[in-house]
Amino acid sequence: MSHYQPVERKVVTVPFMVLGLIAMVGLYFLVQRFILGMGPVTNLNGGYAWGIWVVYDIVVGTALACGGYALAITVYVLNKGKYHPLIRAAVTASLLGYALGGVGAFIDMGRWFQFYNILLPWNMNFNSVMLEVGLCVMTYILVLFIEFMPTVFERFGMKDWAQRLNKVLFLFIALGILLPTMHQSSLGSMLIAMGYKVHPLWQSLHLQPLLALLTALTMGFAIVIFEASFSTVGFGRNSETKLLSGLGKGIIGLVSAYLIFRFGEILLRGKFGLIFAGDLGSLMFIIETAMFIFPLAVLLSPKMREDGRMLLYAGVSLLFAGALYRFNAYLITMDPGPGYSYFPSFPELMVTVGLVAIEIMAYLVIVKKFPVLPKHAHA
Amino acid sequence: MNRRDFLKAAAGGAAVACSGGAQARDNLEPAPEAVGMLFDSTLCVGCKACVSMCKEVNGMPPTLIEGKEAWDWATDLSPQTLNVIKLYKDGEGNVKDQVKDGFAFEKRSCMHCVDPGCVSVCPVTALRRHPVTGIVTFHVDACIGCRTCTTGCPYNVPHFDYDDPFGQIYKCEMCNQEGVSRIDNGQITGCAEACPTGATLFGSRVALLEEAKRRMALKPGDTYNYPMGDVRKPGSYHEKATPVYEKHIWGEKEAGGTNVMHISAVPFDKLGMPPLPERSYASISEGVQHTLYSFMALPAVALIGLSYVVRKNLDASEGETDVSDDEGKEEEKS
Ligand code: SF4
Ligand code: SF4
Ligand code: SF4
Repeated sequence: MSHYQPVERKVVTVPFMVLGLIAMVGLYFLVQRFILGMGPVTNLNGGYAWGIWVVYDIVVGTALACGGYALAITVYVLNKGKYHPLIRAAVTASLLGYALGGVGAFIDMGRWFQFYNILLPWNMNFNSVMLEVGLCVMTYILVLFIEFMPTVFERFGMKDWAQRLNKVLFLFIALGILLPTMHQSSLGSMLIAMGYKVHPLWQSLHLQPLLALLTALTMGFAIVIFEASFSTVGFGRNSETKLLSGLGKGIIGLVSAYLIFRFGEILLRGKFGLIFAGDLGSLMFIIETAMFIFPLAVLLSPKMREDGRMLLYAGVSLLFAGALYRFNAYLITMDPGPGYSYFPSFPELMVTVGLVAIEIMAYLVIVKKFPVLPKHAHA
Repeated sequence: MNRRDFLKAAAGGAAVACSGGAQARDNLEPAPEAVGMLFDSTLCVGCKACVSMCKEVNGMPPTLIEGKEAWDWATDLSPQTLNVIKLYKDGEGNVKDQVKDGFAFEKRSCMHCVDPGCVSVCPVTALRRHPVTGIVTFHVDACIGCRTCTTGCPYNVPHFDYDDPFGQIYKCEMCNQEGVSRIDNGQITGCAEACPTGATLFGSRVALLEEAKRRMALKPGDTYNYPMGDVRKPGSYHEKATPVYEKHIWGEKEAGGTNVMHISAVPFDKLGMPPLPERSYASISEGVQHTLYSFMALPAVALIGLSYVVRKNLDASEGETDVSDDEGKEEEKS
């Protein structure tokens, strides 16, 4: 029998309608963007070619959507079956998060009406990291969609289809682990070609892919912490520590590895002094690093680890740490040279906020209409 | 230590670290018959004849505020301006080619890099380096408007026209884009032709580099016959006393070198040139990418391994939800 069931609640609630309102504002500016061009809607310029549409929707957004990836590794590679009840929620959230990334890429594409060019083999430039990201993210959205299908089949009682898919599902799950490994690291590699424009504290050159991948995983696991704590609360069990102790070990390992490589690179390349330069770069670096170290401290302390609230704080901190790492590298400390500055315009911000609102609305509809969350796990 | 110092120091380190990668490549070599330009800041009088000629050649009408904008340090190249003369000014700003209380002119246009970042990063090959002339051209039919080229260009040259809903990238194509084809037709670039002092000089990269080195070797104060137009067959000469050159040919080595090179009497960082190591970022980026993706072999092997492991673990986790083991298999490394 199924271990999942829809949350039996009304779809249209007050928060839902508020989200809808925000979405409308975003869509209004989105229509403007397609009619008037990006200029009147965004603050992009010749130095800052990428703003929040790229950096939030794609670079940060897809990392936030790494829950499915992190959980797939936990369940299917590390064989921790106990986390399996969380996988549908994670896949759903990932599908929506990556869909947002895909939409973000499309609306940010200056020549969206020619987007198919990236699929034509004779156009492909295999030296381009962007090509890898583009193709890989597109494929992964498809894979996530297929991974989501069992939920749909179950909802509509399509047993034959479910069985057919089940036979090959392992292939898609494997792809669902490989593809994020590829493009999440590439989202780091993309910074290499930007060279000196990326602040030295974030320009780790050859280590870019590794650091991007490690932080994508920490963000993915941070999301899993949420889902785990919510669903255990829902189960009425008080076993957060037990369930999370394994995950905790993983996160400790990942964050430690990240910090070792991050600081190792900074020390070896003689950039240590920049941390204390007292400018924006050093400030952002210190905030970001503190946000990585706090969850590490929580997870390492047996006492704090047992405190459900501290655990949640740790998860949030870890999420913000990874997001800030990306924002810092791509936007906040990025400096293309004299004469250029960037801060997102209101319409530009609203497009992103609106898209996120739509993402949350879609999630709420799906968990209320489809068997996604674990049974009795209505948090 | 600031960013600039760091970048200088890191240049060597990056080169060493990079040579370790299996698929790492060196900087590209100049194209066999690379053409380019030599801009001698000390000869430039700031008349901007090249700016208006560039507009004429490229069919971009001069804008009324153009004259003002070109002087403003804060504004730069734009979708309507492929070539701009900028002013360096310090303090009183009344002595030409002097760092303190002086001024100098600097030309900004595509440098036609030997190892162009824009070409390396464009996902759809909409930017191409000509295999013979080394000229970097843009091909609108392929472009998807992602602006990765802007981020990958060390000089922020490719400009996307954000104000056009169907905008495109604009950059100097050395007057050789289809329909203009000045170089293919045996002409020289518009800006070099228009320049009244020979500050912008056209020619082969090799000949221009020789000319630049010749100027470096001159004794300050001696008169020199500066060629104008095409360095290989100058139309005329411009006689002038040699200034005190900075012993630095910008573009001989920077990020793999450029076909458009600059010389000056004022250090280049003052003229707004970026801090670039000799190693091109494109070569590092491609090296890392190809090491990870050597013909997709690594991803393919990883996929096979993952499929195997997933298949093995799938049944175990499908059936029971309470399986808890801690044997901790190693995560597939990819
Ligand atoms: S200056 Fe920029 S646009 Fe011109 S060739 Fe170099 S990387 Fe490309
Ligand atoms: S904007 Fe066009 S030319 Fe530039 S990288 Fe993207 S596809 Fe290539
Ligand atoms: S080479 Fe042609 S397009 Fe380029 S700056 Fe000179 S005149 Fe303009």
